[in-house]
Amino acid sequence: MDKIEAKNVDFYYGDFHALKGINITIPNNQVVAFIGPSGCGKSTFLRLFNRMNDLIPGTRLTGEIIIDGQNIYDKSVDVDRLRRNVGMVFQRPNPFPKSIFENVAYGLRVNGIKDKDFIAERVETALKGAALWNEVKDKLKESAYALSGGQQQRLCIARAMAVEPSVLLMDEPASALDPISTAKIEELICELSEQTTVIIVTHSMQQAARVSNKTAFFYLGEMVEYDNTKKIFTHPSKEATQNYITGRFG
Amino acid sequence: MKKWIDIIAKRIFTVSGFVTSIVIVLIIAFLFAEAVGLFSQPVIEEGYVLALNKKNEVKNLSALEIKNIFDEEIVNWEEVGGGDVPIKVFRLEDLDKIYTEAELGDEYQFAGDKIVEQVSSDAGMVAFVPESLVEGRTELNYINDNTIPVGDVLLGVEWYPTATPSPIFGILPLISGTIWVSFFAILFALPFGLAVSIYLAEVANPRVSKMLKPVIELLNGIPSVVYGFFGLAVIVPLLQRTFNLPVGESGLAGSIVLAIMALPTIITVAEDAMRNCPRSMREASLALGATQWQTIYKVVVPYSISGITSGVVLGIGRAIGETMAVLMVTGNAAVIPTSILEPLRTIPATIAAELGEAPAGGAHYQSLFLLGVILFFITLIINSCVEVVSARNRLKR
Amino acid sequence: MAIEINQSYNRRKHGMQSIAFGIFRALSCCIVVILFLILGFIIIKGIGVINWDFLTMPPTDGMTAGGIMPAIVGTFWLMIGSAVFAFPVGVMSGIYMNEYAPKGKVVAFIRTMTNNLAGIPSIVFGLFGMAFFVNYLGFGDSIVAGSLTLGLLALPIVIRTTEEAFKDIPNSYREGSLALGATKAQTIWHVLLPMAMPRVITGLILSLGRVSGETAPILFTCAAYFLPRLPESIFDQCMALPYHLYVVATSGTDIEAQLPIAYGTAFVLIVIVLIMNLLANGIRKHFENKLKTK
Repeated sequence: MDKIEAKNVDFYYGDFHALKGINITIPNNQVVAFIGPSGCGKSTFLRLFNRMNDLIPGTRLTGEIIIDGQNIYDKSVDVDRLRRNVGMVFQRPNPFPKSIFENVAYGLRVNGIKDKDFIAERVETALKGAALWNEVKDKLKESAYALSGGQQQRLCIARAMAVEPSVLLMDEPASALDPISTAKIEELICELSEQTTVIIVTHSMQQAARVSNKTAFFYLGEMVEYDNTKKIFTHPSKEATQNYITGRFG
Repeated sequence: MKKWIDIIAKRIFTVSGFVTSIVIVLIIAFLFAEAVGLFSQPVIEEGYVLALNKKNEVKNLSALEIKNIFDEEIVNWEEVGGGDVPIKVFRLEDLDKIYTEAELGDEYQFAGDKIVEQVSSDAGMVAFVPESLVEGRTELNYINDNTIPVGDVLLGVEWYPTATPSPIFGILPLISGTIWVSFFAILFALPFGLAVSIYLAEVANPRVSKMLKPVIELLNGIPSVVYGFFGLAVIVPLLQRTFNLPVGESGLAGSIVLAIMALPTIITVAEDAMRNCPRSMREASLALGATQWQTIYKVVVPYSISGITSGVVLGIGRAIGETMAVLMVTGNAAVIPTSILEPLRTIPATIAAELGEAPAGGAHYQSLFLLGVILFFITLIINSCVEVVSARNRLKR
Repeated sequence: MAIEINQSYNRRKHGMQSIAFGIFRALSCCIVVILFLILGFIIIKGIGVINWDFLTMPPTDGMTAGGIMPAIVGTFWLMIGSAVFAFPVGVMSGIYMNEYAPKGKVVAFIRTMTNNLAGIPSIVFGLFGMAFFVNYLGFGDSIVAGSLTLGLLALPIVIRTTEEAFKDIPNSYREGSLALGATKAQTIWHVLLPMAMPRVITGLILSLGRVSGETAPILFTCAAYFLPRLPESIFDQCMALPYHLYVVATSGTDIEAQLPIAYGTAFVLIVIVLIMNLLANGIRKHFENKLKTK
């Protein structure tokens, strides 16, 4: 069954028409990659799934985005609840100015969970899930800023996973990291897709090819092509896609 | 030619570049030069001596003891380390009451004899007289003319800079007055300033922020003497009525005025600090289902805490150094305050109020420069703290 | 599975937010109210006092009647005097920091010193002015001594704005000029200074606004309690608006009769500050718009 469906999505920053008539369906527990040159709208599109663009004044959306059968832009939707269900990992590691433990526990605490044992258990599970537990289990009380960049990014993934979202949005999660850390993150993405639907925006075509099941190519605010990753990278049906993946522009 | 101008220009620019440093060095030098002089001033007013009966063994008296003796609060020599003899105070003007003009001589030439006569007649007598009248008289004992001890100034609890025979320069009442007023000012200004800075940086839409900005700039631009006048005309009578005070001029009035004056500093610096919090940090929190308010107090404020602290510390600095407004509304009683509703006096207000009457080069004048030095160092320390914190912040980013 | 949703907590946290934001909004309104209260109070009470005689007559009858002309003129002189000192020195200092000083330690040192100078309480400037300008240099209580003391106070603001204005000029302008064979001094004089000037002037005006209202630094360096004539030279004492306000508000002989004069003086002072602020903002806006249209 389809987890997410976008219908005729148009999006504007003021007068600027950032996304033009996008339709896409994303199946459950898959990794979908959004690729395309800078400014093509892929990050903007990603941020629509947890209504992050609501925070930017002067933006406007038409069309529908449906997650689990519900239009998330419907007036009756509780945005906090939506955001709990749709986690997000950002381009640069951005741990909070708190301890490692409190970073992961944050999502639980702001949603009113007070049960200490439950929180401790969730934090441990999330850190294990992010393959970070063995590195930090002895220093949970230390500041998150003491970790390396790669560890910080895995901490941010753990932080997002601690509330067990069913969709995880990743906005170029490895672009600020070294190759080894990148490899770890990519490995993680594959594991995460067993329980969640992952949408990843990436600049790196190799990365898209390595981690995703399906790939969408964006260009100038339009979704040019969307298909199985293998197909996109071997037999793209559009010329623009072909040009992009062979490195002719972008 | 062109080249020479270039070189000369460079020289001039270099000298001007260090002008602030030079000024600071000059300020330190000149303030110190005057302030240090205080500690080589005699305890007893210059040109005067305290003469005792020959039988009296007391050699040293502190300024405070001298004052209490002449205020008749100390009435027996036993209390200051002498024998059990009641103290009798003799002032120069008493001479005229006891003796006729003829007896003293028309040029006071016999005054010395008469003083000796008087003081010798009573074992408990202490006379405060000009040195010239009793010069070389060995029939009397004299109190040693010590210099003002550092401890008596820094730890002294009384400030009577114009008392005779010996002025008292205990600065604790002034320091405690300053701290007291500033503390309450920050107590009022802190929640207020934080709330407004959060509102401006996080809550208000940009248009409202833009409208509030000039309001805060203006609040910052109003001269302190106008704040003082406003406080005197509005706040002081209001407090007097509200709390049923004998006088409305009080620490509280000062704190309220100072709080208003410290607000712009706190708000601007704290707002800047919060605006520097990266957007992705906020978004990460919101993306976990936190409300905006949770995001602010759990993420944005902790992240910007050093900047916010800088703002508050700078606000404290402004409150401590403020002169005119405080001078006008606090009532200027140089006592250690026991309640914020009483009049009190701060260091800057003391300098402003008394320097005009203190003769240049005298102990009083120098004591006011000492207060200036203290004030200078308090603000220097505050500024250095802020510098260190902001330098560390720059490294963090 | 997402964590179960605690509906009551959800409501509560939104309630908390509404309360918190409500308080913030209310307190922000309070700030506006305070400003208008102070300004309104002074303006309403003061405007009735203002008339031609008040602005052009010296005080009379033991300062219980007459005008404040000598104080207005005195403040004007002090502003000019401090600008004459602080402007060239401050601008050169700012230029040195940006164009000549080795980046890093030296600039950081100067910046620290400038910040420290800005943080020194104005009464300490007054003490220093008295010890240095009045006594040591022998200027006596005079407009020179007062202006120099106030100039020191204005210096950090001028330096900071100059430094920032020069910092924002792209390097290509410097390189372009130097490439044509101009010396560094010529580049600064002909290219950089004209570009930075609007912002430097803004800083100067703001600092003069501050200078016009300062009392503590001139208490012992310049200000005369009562001097019904205009100053004759820069080595003469003068009256000044803020000091006059202080005097009539606190140490008068007849408080009742002097109160209107105090209101009037405060009004004139506020108007000067407002004009300075508006002027600075106006220049800044004008300059920003010009940049935008480019």
